[in-house]
Amino acid sequence: MKPAPFAYKKARSLEEAIALLGEHKDARLLAGGQSLIATLNMRLSQPSMLIDINGISGLGGTAHKNGKVEIGALVRHVQAERSELIAKHAPLIARAMPHIGHPAIRNRGTLGGSIAFADPAAELPACLLALDGEIDAIGPKGKRTIRAQDFFQGLFETALGPQEILTAIRVPAGTKEARIGFAELARRHGDYAIVGLAASARGDGKKLSDVHLAYFGVGATPVRARKAEAAMANGSVDDAVAALDLEPQDDVQTNSKTKKHLAGVLLRRVATQLMEARS
Amino acid sequence: MKITGDSPPVLSALDRPNSYIGRSVPRPNLQRLTQGRGLYVSDVSLPRMAHVAFVRSPHAHAKIKNISADAARKSPGVIAVVTGPELAKVMTPWVGVLTHLKGLKSAPQSPIAVDVACWQGEAVAAVVARSRAEAEDGCELVEVDYTPLPAVTDPETALDAKTPVIHSSLGDNLCFERKLDVGAVDKAFAEADAVVETTFMFGRHTGVTTEPRALVADWNAGDRRMTVYHGTQAPHMMQDLFAKHLGLASDQVRVITKDVGGSFGIKVHCYADEMATVALSKLLTRPVKFVADRIESFVTDIHARDHRVKAKIGVNKDGTITAFEIDDLTGVGPYSVYPRTSGIEANQVVSLVGGPYACANYRAQARVVFTNKNVMCQYRAVGHPLAVAVTEGLVELAAAKIGMDPLEMRRRNLIADDAYPCTSAAGLKFEKLSHHESLAHLDAMMNYAGLRAEQKNLRDKGIYRGLGFASFIEVTNPSAAFYGVGGARITSQDGATVKLDSQGAIIVHTGVTEQGQGAESVIAQVAATAFGVSIDKVRVVTGDTDNTPYGGGTWASRAAGIGGEAAWQAGKALRDNVLAVAGAMLQAKPEALDIRNGIVVDKANGTERLPLEELARVAYFRPDTLPPGFQAELMATRHYVPRAWPFAFTNGIQASYLEVDTDTGFVKLLKHWCVEDCGTIINPQLVDEQIRGGVVQGIGAALFEQCLYDERGQMLNGNMADYLVPMAAEMPDIDCGHVVSPTADSELGAKGAGEAGTAGAPACIMNAINDALRPLGAQPLTDMPFTPDKILRALGKV
Amino acid sequence: MSALDISLTVNGEPVSERVEPRRTLVDFLREDLALTGSHVGCEHGVCGACTVRVNGEIVRGCLMLAVQCDGATVETIEGLSDSGEIADLQLAFEQRNALQCGYCTPGMLAAAQDLLKRAQEIKNVPSRDEIREHLSGNYCRCTGYHAIVDAVEAVARARVVSKP
Repeated sequence: MKPAPFAYKKARSLEEAIALLGEHKDARLLAGGQSLIATLNMRLSQPSMLIDINGISGLGGTAHKNGKVEIGALVRHVQAERSELIAKHAPLIARAMPHIGHPAIRNRGTLGGSIAFADPAAELPACLLALDGEIDAIGPKGKRTIRAQDFFQGLFETALGPQEILTAIRVPAGTKEARIGFAELARRHGDYAIVGLAASARGDGKKLSDVHLAYFGVGATPVRARKAEAAMANGSVDDAVAALDLEPQDDVQTNSKTKKHLAGVLLRRVATQLMEARS
Repeated sequence: MKITGDSPPVLSALDRPNSYIGRSVPRPNLQRLTQGRGLYVSDVSLPRMAHVAFVRSPHAHAKIKNISADAARKSPGVIAVVTGPELAKVMTPWVGVLTHLKGLKSAPQSPIAVDVACWQGEAVAAVVARSRAEAEDGCELVEVDYTPLPAVTDPETALDAKTPVIHSSLGDNLCFERKLDVGAVDKAFAEADAVVETTFMFGRHTGVTTEPRALVADWNAGDRRMTVYHGTQAPHMMQDLFAKHLGLASDQVRVITKDVGGSFGIKVHCYADEMATVALSKLLTRPVKFVADRIESFVTDIHARDHRVKAKIGVNKDGTITAFEIDDLTGVGPYSVYPRTSGIEANQVVSLVGGPYACANYRAQARVVFTNKNVMCQYRAVGHPLAVAVTEGLVELAAAKIGMDPLEMRRRNLIADDAYPCTSAAGLKFEKLSHHESLAHLDAMMNYAGLRAEQKNLRDKGIYRGLGFASFIEVTNPSAAFYGVGGARITSQDGATVKLDSQGAIIVHTGVTEQGQGAESVIAQVAATAFGVSIDKVRVVTGDTDNTPYGGGTWASRAAGIGGEAAWQAGKALRDNVLAVAGAMLQAKPEALDIRNGIVVDKANGTERLPLEELARVAYFRPDTLPPGFQAELMATRHYVPRAWPFAFTNGIQASYLEVDTDTGFVKLLKHWCVEDCGTIINPQLVDEQIRGGVVQGIGAALFEQCLYDERGQMLNGNMADYLVPMAAEMPDIDCGHVVSPTADSELGAKGAGEAGTAGAPACIMNAINDALRPLGAQPLTDMPFTPDKILRALGKV
Repeated sequence: MSALDISLTVNGEPVSERVEPRRTLVDFLREDLALTGSHVGCEHGVCGACTVRVNGEIVRGCLMLAVQCDGATVETIEGLSDSGEIADLQLAFEQRNALQCGYCTPGMLAAAQDLLKRAQEIKNVPSRDEIREHLSGNYCRCTGYHAIVDAVEAVARARVVSKP
């Protein structure tokens, strides 16, 4: 289908973008557009205006400072995929990247867009949750930082206010004891996951602590499986699997019982990854 | 005889020097496609052309009480808003029935729904505008007042007394029913050492051609001619239908088909929205373009394969199959599709079950019922994927039950290679098939024993791989027995005109069409060989009812066998004509001459006598130099229709090797093989590629594809993210082998190959999954597609 | 909503047009510039038939707006073809019959060339699995992919050999 008509403005600054969001209550921000334009093409969304923020400078960098990796909102998936800095210091994100869509999608899609769009079956929101990451946003009332655990609030709903713009994400840089794990199951490469798991922990040999298990594809938002995390920290993968208390819904492809079972399978696979010391 | 790879067969009746028969020449004219310079209907743009978008019913079944178009008409760019009753003044409705499918009935269908919408997606109004986007804007402003009606969505209860009847004029929801009872089935089951009974389910599918359906209709009121650029497989059939329903003479309609972005049978049917587009052009006297977008394609392109088949096989300890029985139920849409009908698929299932086997006892029942879902009709391999899955599924379940190797089971039951001609229990007439030779070839090609050993080895390590097979027969080269006898104006003959141009090259006009399978190349190879020029001196013209012989187009794998034979005969006839001219010019006997590589030569020793370029120059520009009274005839037309056999059956056997992840229920396809006997092979590479493409479509059926409907008749997954088509990363490499049993019904001896891959692949995958899981005691899976859900359930893990 | 003026380079030619914001890049190329080699298959970004190059990177033409391409360099199959950049790939496709109906082919060639360019930079011949993975976003209904993988693999080898 063709989109319904809309106006288009290319914002030259964050201030301009915020002002435009204020003037046009049903305007949408256009970054990568890989999710937005598809919904416009299907007329699932009919904003009166698109505010193109691709030209705003200062949002496209990656930095490693103060023990954190900061990734600007407009960093494209492909840049993150090829970034040595992210591979070295934020390996969980590096692991997730090849699963996101396909090369042509990754050339345009942005990390900020993926987080702000918050598709429940998307990889990056779960990675952020698994790493206790932070989201920087700017709005009419100024800047603020939102913790990942507070950010994802409902189906495609985040803590961002109607005039707020996500400007960067931040995750702790990997340390010697940092362990990560990632696995997802999708019927076809690049599809949204049926179930996925992004995990982090601190490890001392095979002993794990501070385990974060962030599932995606199992609810309206990415979900921490806290009881399973505790069991993992106590040393038992079997107990962790038994303690999984996810409540996925049936979807068009897979029913909830299968998703629950697959969540357990992924936990075992990711547990093995977590227990391997980083080389 | 056998060939693998590229070595050309020895064809004594056809031996021609510089023959292209059996050669994998690259298709001429592929450059335009790799350069992006093709001309697909979706590329066509005409002056003053308008675009149509349709308002479509969101309800599976609803009375259309009122349509208000005032706001839509005022929308920028909108030219007209037209409803069903308005269009009925320009175009008559149609009914999709065939008299040889006894009792088949259906209600009249209009191009745009009148009074009642009968499936979610049926067009209830058309908005014509300057651009597609503006037409869609207009559609949003059309107000339709619906009264929803109960929707019939469960085929199992469609005939119950309590279920509403969709078309009261028909009396019930039964579209078609067929019964067959041959031999002594009950006795055979009673006496069998073992009986296996199960139910097979097949998901509703759709074709998902990469280029959606597209049509540009151009009514020239001055010429009083309708030109339709149409992505159709059968231009002459559509010419006839457009003319008939617009009240025009057929010669007032010209259908032009250039490049088509995939068809697979989806584009051989008569679609209401396409007919509406043509009618709109006449109504508005300007060109109108319709390109179905992907979302509307899912709810309007024909669906297929939605069947439930209860099936039973009787077998003895020594492996002999004693009987087959099936009860097939399928829920089609609310109308039988025109003109080929929605009864054919079930009819094929009944005809084809048990086909490869020498089993005389067979009972079948099939019922086709109307439902309020999208219409269903012929899609690649029509009925075969179901019949083969049922047959081959039963065969391997029976083999497992009696503890026999599945290939051995087949060896004991496949019709012997020397038993032909013969007739199957269902009445199919076979000229010559090669089931045993094909099986032996497959066994060797795949190193069956080696794979079994590997399978066992890995099983001991907890890795579950499976091997599954499917023997099959395939309908190709259909005679009038398929449609003509039922009263449909669908031709089974075809024609070719070959002409020598003024520079000594030839142009072949053919009634078969090209959608990527290589029909143009096959025709060029045949004509080049028959006539005697190199293939770069051949141009093929297809897809234009004004400029090709009256022909059937391409479907049921007929282009090579039927179109090819017409081109063969025409090429030979032109050669005779040209040699008559040469004889006159050279004062030699035409029978002592031949044409080789574009030069007239002495047949006996190949001495070059006269280049065609020179002959053409003289014949066209200097006929004054030819003997008195001599008239040069540099064009020849021949037609061909199969006369000896209703269908040219082919046969083959496929195998799948896969691994099931018993934790996740995911299936990894390791390798696939197919041995195919399609008679004389004109271009081995093209045959192999048809098989490969077909296999992958069959894999889609087995693992991925299903049109999901809820109980209200709403399609739940009508988009590319939720309807899963096979993509590259999950597909295996596919090895192809060949056996050659030519048909004697034509000189070329070629049969068809377009659908074999799709016919056998779903069965193989099913059998391989069950083979992998059998040691784990899993209930055999017979409900396609085999999703992780279903596999995990069979393993008792969910 | 009101149309905007855009200026960009398409296949090396400067182009200035007035477009509605809602016009996607692929529709702009096909309808406004009559470059019909890029195809529309789904308009949801899944099938890849609309794959073109913008500023040197492959993108989905249905998921970009023409107005976003103001100032950009766009290359379509016609440009990739006429420049000779993919001549070896096109020939391999033709000889191996790695296309049937041809509708997915422009997008497939763009995606394959994307893989091969990068592979050649690091002197790597991608494996068949790597080729399949890179092309996993390009839907082909006709070939079943085997022939496409064969053609891309052959060209990958040849390029590494010929330009060591």
